[in-house]
Amino acid sequence: MRLNKILKNTLLVLMACLALSACATKKEVSNVQGQMQGDVYTGTDTVEYLADGVPDRVFFATNESILTTASRETLRAQASWLRKNPSINVVLEGHADERGTREYNLALGERRANAAKDYLMTYGISSDRITVLSYGKERPVDSGSNPLAWSKNRRSVTVKAN
Amino acid sequence: MLKKIILFFIILIPVNAFALIEVDITRGNLDPLPLAVSPLSIDETSRKSFEKILKKENIGSEISNIVENNLKTSGLFNPLDKKAFLQAPDIANLKPRFEDWNLIKAQALITGKVNYVDDKLRVEFRLWDVLAAKEMMALAFTTVPNNWRRVGHIISDKVYERLTGEKGYFDTRIIYVSEEGPKTQRIKKLAIMDQDGANNKFLTLGNELVLTPRFNPASQMVTYLSYFKNMPRVYLLDIETGTQEVVGDFPGMTFAPRFSPDGKKIIMSFAKDGKSDIYTMDLENRIVEKITNHPSIDTSPSYSPDGKYITFNSDRSGYQQIYVMKNDGSDVKRISFGNGLYGTPVWSPRGDLIAFTKLHKGKFYIGVMRTDGSGERLLTENYYQEAPSWSPNGRVLIFYRETKTNSKGEGFSAKLWSIDLTGYNERQIKTPTDASDPSWSSLLSN
Repeated sequence: MRLNKILKNTLLVLMACLALSACATKKEVSNVQGQMQGDVYTGTDTVEYLADGVPDRVFFATNESILTTASRETLRAQASWLRKNPSINVVLEGHADERGTREYNLALGERRANAAKDYLMTYGISSDRITVLSYGKERPVDSGSNPLAWSKNRRSVTVKAN
Repeated sequence: MLKKIILFFIILIPVNAFALIEVDITRGNLDPLPLAVSPLSIDETSRKSFEKILKKENIGSEISNIVENNLKTSGLFNPLDKKAFLQAPDIANLKPRFEDWNLIKAQALITGKVNYVDDKLRVEFRLWDVLAAKEMMALAFTTVPNNWRRVGHIISDKVYERLTGEKGYFDTRIIYVSEEGPKTQRIKKLAIMDQDGANNKFLTLGNELVLTPRFNPASQMVTYLSYFKNMPRVYLLDIETGTQEVVGDFPGMTFAPRFSPDGKKIIMSFAKDGKSDIYTMDLENRIVEKITNHPSIDTSPSYSPDGKYITFNSDRSGYQQIYVMKNDGSDVKRISFGNGLYGTPVWSPRGDLIAFTKLHKGKFYIGVMRTDGSGERLLTENYYQEAPSWSPNGRVLIFYRETKTNSKGEGFSAKLWSIDLTGYNERQIKTPTDASDPSWSSLLSN
């Protein structure tokens, strides 16, 4: 009457656990056709321009919010454009790739957009003119599931608010 | 929307005090209990009345189908094919010929009867132990005819409880995010359905992005994240009235909300200047308290069932890990130490385990660990899945999983899945659209 198969079942649970831990695969971060450095996107496919020579976005490494040399250059160009156009306010939209949990990625997007905001502020842009908005992983530009697509999606985009 | 349901329980015959059949639910059940769910018998007058009201030809069979489906999906029971039944439903309900049921290897038998009484649906059912030739339980309910599905779920819960010794989880609902459209412009709506996928309803229109809905303990309110006016904030929705309100007055993004176990507070993250900390807001007096104060990302908070502790996700060690602290923010302890990243901790309603999502070497796992971090057990591995939510009895986890539609990794579909705590019985829960972020309600009736 009882359904006791203790030994058999315990053994199977154990085997299932072993199988799970064994089959995690190794994934290499590759440099796809010179469009990535490390795993930071360096291409221009998705980049739009706020003005001539002023790219609208910067890219990040996985799980990072540190600005690369190229990102700082982009943000200096944005700061100089904002100084020349004092009536323009901006929204910094922070994004993460799909390889993370939703809530953490919302926070990560906010942290990335803030890294960009802090840099703009050190170049003289008032915080009153900047709004930060995180989309986490909700609004990828590239729907692909590969290292290149993810690198395009880890970004902070400066958008005109008015 | 959530109709107040009046159910009259009548215990027909005192239940035997000693245990007869028993199902052990603490192990993966490779040998589910064979049982027979006889269609509930119905007299012709009652049948016609319900056919007129409910547009169902035979409501007795419909209710027994619900019971059969619930017991089957639990993975603990194996409902036998009705074609093999030798005894007519009405006679079986009066006095089963146990030899007949024994012959088809049924160990338990469910019989019952449906009547139309004073515009109401009256259902009685009995659970029998076939080998012992004894009645184990007999109950009757009276309710409005529209509640017929819930009657099926309540019978399932009673049978589950009698046979396993633990509360069931069938008379429950799931709130989730319905998803449509391309990934770059996904349209998301709040949706609610019965645990078995029936009665699906959309609660928002899809004009703004919505994420992570969670029930309050009474399962009448939902807290969630909405991008209304492009300002991501935690909201509160009354399911019955449809009233929505923003929670608190924060100068920035609030997210990752959950209710406290007494339903009086909402715990959530507030992101500012690149830091995310955990806050609570008391829903009665609106007092906001800051619980964590750290330059890291602190998010995905979840209370222990007694409300004394909070588990959460933080990257203060450099990477996402799971922590436990007292409810005032003191005594913070890291509990996850395995390889990989850990997120979305959720405290089990039984109090003994924390379910989580783990990321390791490009794979996502749903797992559980004890509240001190010991005994980590991974239940399921996939390319992408996250956000486990516990069944009210703490035996099943629901989560969502994205799969690629082709081998090149193009296209994707997001679906809800459930798995037993044992790691067995993984099942997809059917939804009319793609779905994510499920949250399981409490048991609606007790």
